[in-house]
Amino acid sequence: MHHEFNVVWFVLLGILFAGYAILDGFDFGVGMLYLLVKDDAERRLLLNSIGPVWDGNEVWLVTGGGAMFAAFPNVYASLFSGFYPVFMLLLLALIFRGVSIEFRSKEPMRWWRNLWDTNFFIGSILASLLLGAFAGNLAYGVALNARGTYTGGFWALLNPYALLVGITTVALFMMHGSIYLVMKTEGNLHDRLRGWVNNSIIFFIICYAATTMATLLYDRHLTSEIRKHPVFFVVAILNMLAIANIPREIFHKRDFRAFLSSCFAIVALLSLLAIGLFPNIVYARNNPANSLTIYNASSSPYTLKIMCIIALIGMPIVLAYTTYVYWLFRGKVRMDRHSY
Amino acid sequence: MNTLWLSRVQFGLTISFHYLFPPLSIGLGVMMVTMEAMYLKTRNKVYESMARFWTRIFALTFGLGVATGIVMEFEFGTNWANYSRFVGDVFGAPLASEGIFAFFLESGFLAILLFGWDRVGPKTHFFSTIMVAFGSIFSALWINVANSWMQTPAGFHLVLHHGVLRAQITNFWQVVFNPSTMDRLVHVLLGAFLSGAFLVLSVGAYYVLKRRHEDIGRRCVKMALVAAIIGATAQLVSGDFNAKMVGKYQPAKLAAFEGHFPADAPAGIRLFGWVDSKTQMVYGPRIPGMLSWLMYYNTKASVIGLDHFPPALRPPVNPVFQSYHAMVAIGMALILISLLGVFYWWRGTLFQKRWLLWIFVISVIGPELANELGWFSAEVGRQPWIVYGMMKTSQAVSPHLPAGEVLASMMMFGIMYVLLGALFIFLMNRKIQQGPEEPTVRPSMPPPIVEGHGRLDA
Repeated sequence: MHHEFNVVWFVLLGILFAGYAILDGFDFGVGMLYLLVKDDAERRLLLNSIGPVWDGNEVWLVTGGGAMFAAFPNVYASLFSGFYPVFMLLLLALIFRGVSIEFRSKEPMRWWRNLWDTNFFIGSILASLLLGAFAGNLAYGVALNARGTYTGGFWALLNPYALLVGITTVALFMMHGSIYLVMKTEGNLHDRLRGWVNNSIIFFIICYAATTMATLLYDRHLTSEIRKHPVFFVVAILNMLAIANIPREIFHKRDFRAFLSSCFAIVALLSLLAIGLFPNIVYARNNPANSLTIYNASSSPYTLKIMCIIALIGMPIVLAYTTYVYWLFRGKVRMDRHSY
Repeated sequence: MNTLWLSRVQFGLTISFHYLFPPLSIGLGVMMVTMEAMYLKTRNKVYESMARFWTRIFALTFGLGVATGIVMEFEFGTNWANYSRFVGDVFGAPLASEGIFAFFLESGFLAILLFGWDRVGPKTHFFSTIMVAFGSIFSALWINVANSWMQTPAGFHLVLHHGVLRAQITNFWQVVFNPSTMDRLVHVLLGAFLSGAFLVLSVGAYYVLKRRHEDIGRRCVKMALVAAIIGATAQLVSGDFNAKMVGKYQPAKLAAFEGHFPADAPAGIRLFGWVDSKTQMVYGPRIPGMLSWLMYYNTKASVIGLDHFPPALRPPVNPVFQSYHAMVAIGMALILISLLGVFYWWRGTLFQKRWLLWIFVISVIGPELANELGWFSAEVGRQPWIVYGMMKTSQAVSPHLPAGEVLASMMMFGIMYVLLGALFIFLMNRKIQQGPEEPTVRPSMPPPIVEGHGRLDA
């Protein structure tokens, strides 16, 4: 049996979800900070800072889900059916968030705009919280039976550790979004946003410290991998350096570099999770032998190979025009008659 | 109701609502490409106005298509986990390909299509419109590959994977071009083109009737009529191909389409009717031997009937019969409407025939309904199988999924979709009432909120 493709797809899935977290992460962050701005014109600026790209950013999630289905069907089946209420609420949040962006500026009534603005805010926070709680449950491990089916029930999904990771994710995206907004705005609004970056960094660091302590105390299966291969400490250290670099770059008004640091921090955090889990994807806390791994939960080597070819053809093109679109809409937000 | 039935109802509900939007986007995409091409060729600002107007309508249908589409991607795993385990090796590849080749393309270039009018030149914008249209067509391609494989599975073998039987790809191209892919793809795409064409026809006719934006209205009507007559006629041919294909690969479904029970006898068709499965009686005007002729060009040829299959392996006959017949009837009506339109256009009296223009206005419902009914016929006609001949729908549902959770999510979707549907109609109507910006008028920004007032007069 050739198993190299299993590893390749584990990494590729990681890249897809990291891409999603980086891109939709700042969309969510913008949504969370959105209600702090009261003026309608300023709110529209915030909204249009993500206007042309939020939709494409969400495609990373859809493609990630499709790729998980194709490469690790048993993981897809177990997670999606086992975490049923989480995914249904996530759908609710994503749909309401999406249509709020579409609908809010279509009518001038104040109640109309306030209604959709509130939905946008709640949808952004709820989606981040749920995605974080999902990652938290993956890190913590869940109850699986011998066939790899989730048997833990609804309330087990709301364990304190998962909720803590959920809140940390909210803080992370809030910080990420605030840096993005600093890049995209100017003038008075820009100066106010600059202050929020520092507050959101403090919020994130508190959450991050708590999560790290909880992980060290309760998730020995995650940390043992890093203890075995101390070289991975480099990732953890780079992660901390990246986070520490953000306030420095913001202070020197190098906003884009601050944003890159924040992107790097997201990648490093997900890498730590991936390193800790490997070769498991879903860790069975009740009985580690039941865990879904990149080997027992995968598609056949032939399918994984075909999927590699598809990704090899498709993803460079995707990256090329995605880069073009971001380049086209680069710089500070400008409003025109096509804006939301 | 148990988890299985709740999941069936929820999937039916969410897919039906979702499928209102993609055909409109696909069809409008092609119409928008045509309008921008006309603009680039003639440099007539009217076509630019038209393209800009339809882009705004497109944004709305696309937005709802995306929002309701994510649900579908999740539901295979959430509600049909055993299905996902059984088919993931085969079925996942087209779904992932749809993301990589279609969704990224659509959403990436949509940014330029919607927000790039003043940032790129007309040619780059035209290119983006083409890419968005291609993206929506690729999306139809890959999802059809996936669904057609469920209808006529090919290019796979069954393997025991850690003690559980599952399908694995043996030949990727046989999966992609399984026996029903191409026939069904053409049928679905033509259905989508008709949705777009009749929407443009409907709105154009409305403007002509109301004497608003008359120039643009007339151009929309003419452009849409050309698309409609080609699409509707081609759909008749495609329908014939599909019926023959279904007869060959899914005989129980074809028999249900026409309520044909005898195991081995010549078959007729009914113009309309009612099937009583218990007594095996079919009521309604009948053309004897017609189905045999349509299938084999011989009125005496025998067609496999439902009695050929044990009762447990038959689809529910009357619902399939009704939806299939309604779809065909709508298709015929669309041909008739387009023929009438083209006839009066040729006579030069099209825009005086107010009764016909009013028919155009309401005709937009036709293709949308036919698309829904077509899916219903195809999917319910496949029952009790989820993968034809391989796995039953009853075996596919998620184990350990509490019925209460599905009931809750179904109610959530129900309320949410009623709300979204109402908002869609409201905003669509609002955009149509606002109409395209006439080429000479310099358009303004959307209205801001005025402090101190509840709403703005604009």
